[in-house]
Amino acid sequence: MKGSVRFENVTKTFGDVVALKPLSLDIAPGTLVTLLGPSGCGKTTTLRLIAGLESASTGRILIGGEDVTHLSATYRRVSMVFQSYALFPHMTVLENVGYGLSVKGLPRAEIRDRAEAGLETVGLKGFGARLPSELSGGQQQRVAVARAIVLEPEVLLLDEPLSNLDAKLRRHVREEIRQIQQRLGLTAVYVTHDQEEAMAVSDRIIVMRNAEIAQEGSPHDLYDRPANGFIADFIGDANLIEVSVLNSADSTDIALGNRRLTLPLRGASQGPARLVLRPHHLRLAAEPAPDRIPAEVTSAAWLGNSVQYLLSSEMGTLFAITDPRAQAFRRGDTVHLTFDPADLRLVPA
Amino acid sequence: MRRTAGLWLLIGLLGYALLPWYMVSGGFWSFGWLFRPEEETRSALVWAASSRPWLWLPLAGFVPAALALGLARAPLALARGLVASGALGLALMAAQGLIILGNGTRFGMMAGETQPGMGAGALVVASALLFLLTTGISGLGRGRGDAFLTGMIGAIVALVGVFVFYPMTFILIRAFELKGGAGLGLSEFLPRFLSPEIWSPACLTGLGNCGAALNSLLLGLATATGTTVLGLAFALIFTRTDFRAKRLLRVLTILPIITPPFVIGLALILLFGRAGTITEFFADAFGWEKTRWLYGFWGVWLAQMLSFTPIAFLVLIGVVEGVSPSMEEASQTLDADRWQTFRLISLPLMRPGLANAFLLGFIESLADFGNPLVLGGNFNVLSTEIYFAIVGTVADPAHAAILSMILLSLTLGAFLAQRRWLGRKNYATVTGKGDSGRNAALNDGLRWACYALALPWAAFTLILYALIVFGSFVKLWGYDHTLTFEHYSRAFGIVLRNGIHFTGSGWDSFFTTLTIAAIAAPLTAAVGLATAYLLVRQKFTGKDAFEFSTMLSFAIPGTVIGVAYVMAFNFPPIELTGTGLILIIVFIFRNMPVGVRGGIAAMSQLDRSLDEASITLGASSATTLRRVILPLMGPAILAALTYAFVRAITSVSAVIFLVSARYNMATSFIVGRVENGEYGIAIAYATVLIFTMLTAILALQLIIGRRRLRRADRIDTQ
Ligand SMILES: Nc1ncnc2c1ncn2[C@@H]1O[C@H](COP(=O)(O)OP(=O)(O)O)[C@@H](O)[C@H]1O
Ligand SMILES: [Mg+2]
Repeated sequence: MKGSVRFENVTKTFGDVVALKPLSLDIAPGTLVTLLGPSGCGKTTTLRLIAGLESASTGRILIGGEDVTHLSATYRRVSMVFQSYALFPHMTVLENVGYGLSVKGLPRAEIRDRAEAGLETVGLKGFGARLPSELSGGQQQRVAVARAIVLEPEVLLLDEPLSNLDAKLRRHVREEIRQIQQRLGLTAVYVTHDQEEAMAVSDRIIVMRNAEIAQEGSPHDLYDRPANGFIADFIGDANLIEVSVLNSADSTDIALGNRRLTLPLRGASQGPARLVLRPHHLRLAAEPAPDRIPAEVTSAAWLGNSVQYLLSSEMGTLFAITDPRAQAFRRGDTVHLTFDPADLRLVPA
Repeated sequence: MRRTAGLWLLIGLLGYALLPWYMVSGGFWSFGWLFRPEEETRSALVWAASSRPWLWLPLAGFVPAALALGLARAPLALARGLVASGALGLALMAAQGLIILGNGTRFGMMAGETQPGMGAGALVVASALLFLLTTGISGLGRGRGDAFLTGMIGAIVALVGVFVFYPMTFILIRAFELKGGAGLGLSEFLPRFLSPEIWSPACLTGLGNCGAALNSLLLGLATATGTTVLGLAFALIFTRTDFRAKRLLRVLTILPIITPPFVIGLALILLFGRAGTITEFFADAFGWEKTRWLYGFWGVWLAQMLSFTPIAFLVLIGVVEGVSPSMEEASQTLDADRWQTFRLISLPLMRPGLANAFLLGFIESLADFGNPLVLGGNFNVLSTEIYFAIVGTVADPAHAAILSMILLSLTLGAFLAQRRWLGRKNYATVTGKGDSGRNAALNDGLRWACYALALPWAAFTLILYALIVFGSFVKLWGYDHTLTFEHYSRAFGIVLRNGIHFTGSGWDSFFTTLTIAAIAAPLTAAVGLATAYLLVRQKFTGKDAFEFSTMLSFAIPGTVIGVAYVMAFNFPPIELTGTGLILIIVFIFRNMPVGVRGGIAAMSQLDRSLDEASITLGASSATTLRRVILPLMGPAILAALTYAFVRAITSVSAVIFLVSARYNMATSFIVGRVENGEYGIAIAYATVLIFTMLTAILALQLIIGRRRLRRADRIDTQ
């Protein structure tokens, strides 16, 4: 399958450092898959293994169904956009973009046309004669993208491509990258440590932690069905609350302190577990009621489009986000919390 | 892999079957051998089939390789087959060469057989076997599966092995040799190694002369410190000030490098010696006592400073230029003033350059033998002691070998210390991010300090050289200052009668020297930079040992290398003495470490993602080297080429043992004149050499030009 990427139990060690524990993954052609995780978890290493810039310590790597484990980077039909852009400082923008074509030995006119077209794709028509040092960061970044895509690679790799851009530009460029990827039908592997960025651009997200995959799935899956507390907290924030599962059949009964709750969930195993309570699922009321949980506001921040509270309650410290039009509270106020059991999820303790 | 291997197999088989296996008289490239008696030009195949059956052995590498290519379907199996057959073929080839010599055999095997030194056919077969081996290794996934890389590593390892380690074993064996050919042992080695003649610290307590080892060490440290500081001052003036006469300065910094040995010493004697011009002047004017201060530590130190400061400069200029302006700008925006920026940012970023310059100065000083020979007096250093142990009235190769081992440990110690100091920090400052700043100018204090250090020095150099030129035009400097062309016409006379006749006595050695230097320089630069590339950019097992071995030849003083080459390459399997080839080879391996160090310093400033970007864009390692790395390494290449060319012309220590009637070199010609007291001709010849090299260097600068970073090359003087 052209454009697919497959790892079979790939490991990578640098001396004593284990950068990847046995890792298997499958990336479908034409999709944009994000490797997401905290710094040092092995994302870049995984990307470099796909590119052929590192060789796997053990295991097999397949691209387009073909075993490339021992194939050098030169011959893999994969291009990469580097975090530092890695534009060649002694070549013009056009020479940079046409570099991959020219090392293939294509005729000059064709190189020129395709490089121009590449620049046009990223919206830099007419910048070809400049040197990289004469472009802004965002423009340099787009040159790097153009340079990678003019080769029509089977797989496009991007290593934190937005990390050197300012926040406004970041949203814009990530949309552009996504559009280009979809228009050209490219398979793309995108590395980032920013979960919002990952959610926004990805077809699938592979969350990594400690040199292995923590969970993979569509953005929706990860948010809605987190496999563990780490994912629940990493993908959209979560309050994680210790509970115990009393019994589980068509619905699940849990004990939260001395309260009993019934969740519309199936198949949870009995015993200790953690409850995932998203900050914006919490509702704050001034009046007490039997099913409401009292809490004290320890801090309140007004952000214009939301209000964020830190609350201290019998369930520990909770983080809540409310609509600014709802009733406002101040530090020291006592509030009473409610939530809809249908919004709650359980993860293993 | 299959195609590369197939190609090498074919080349190897052709070499085996068609090319003359042994050295042909008159040299391979003259193609005179095509018309020689059949006996001399037989290929290995023909010899094997007739009278030398052991020449079937190399086939033991090709046959399994061919089988593997034909039969092995899986790439991994093919790779294993290639590795095994290449290694087997090389081992068998080396074994037959080392056992069956020109005058008999070793270890009592195959008694009665002899064979001459290996030639073109053997070279081709050995290369083919080597590259079959390395191609196989790449197929095993080493070197990221890149046959070009593994081939490069293999080639350099093989070259260093044959031309550095192999001859050095001859020297080392000598160190443990017992008197009267009684075999090898420690009983004589240890007392000699520890003798006070070598280690005495007497001069430190004022009780006489120090041992040669201590003298060498002190001199080396003093010279390395001095040259690094001066070199840095010159480099800073060059890159960070708007000093007007930069061009003149550049020429001045180059002059000492292109000065043949003995000339600086000679000029210093003629100025500062007991009867020197300046000594006389001060004696007449102020009644100062005429002393012999020049003959000893200070004289040698002064001469070495004059000789080696430019080397430090050449290493440092590339590094100082490479410090990214944005780092300096970043520092200034963090409210650091220019002095703080220099001290906290620029200087630390120059650390690899400083360390390399220091190391080079130290090693150069220890290996230098021309200056101590002329100016040393009672100040004995290891290199001259080695020389006298070999050419002295009582030749004592064992003593020479022991001294060389001490010298080697000093230089290697410096090498290790340098690596510890540099540690594992990343000094890359040319990243792939476009970078358009200006280098920060020096603050006033520092600028004046640089001027104060460098300019008087430059003036001194200038005067010295003016005097050298002057000396070449007078009858007898110091005694008879009548102007004359006599020295030039004797060395470089041309008679125009029925065409041009080069009648001067110097022409022969002059042409030989230029030819050999012109061949050796690009090869040296290529080997040196290729090694630097492998060391900086590639990961492979045994990399440390690899780096160590490529630096080794530099730590070995020329005299030792010369003697080792004479011992090792005077008889089969590799018989090179008397050829021009041995001169070229000795230059490559003596001077390659400078290319390596310069290349390492320059390359560690190029961000690795630049080559990785090129590779992922489908360029091979070779293309990446050519189109991305080399263009960004302009100054380093220029430095390596220049240095290699100049060193080939000016080096004397190794050469003196290797020249032959047919291939005489300029320096040995000059040494001969100095020994005869014909100072005029010696200086005239040296002047001609200096101007020749100057022309060549300027031409090189024009051709290769500046590093094409295309950064606005202005100095911010605000
Ligand atoms: N060349 C290397 N040598 C040694 N360790 C390395 C090397 N490259 C990466 N590592 C280690 O491997 C781990 C994963 O690194 P990386 O893949 O770069 O993480 P990230 O997820 O931040 O991109 C880290 O612990 C890092 O220190
Ligand atoms: Mg990373």
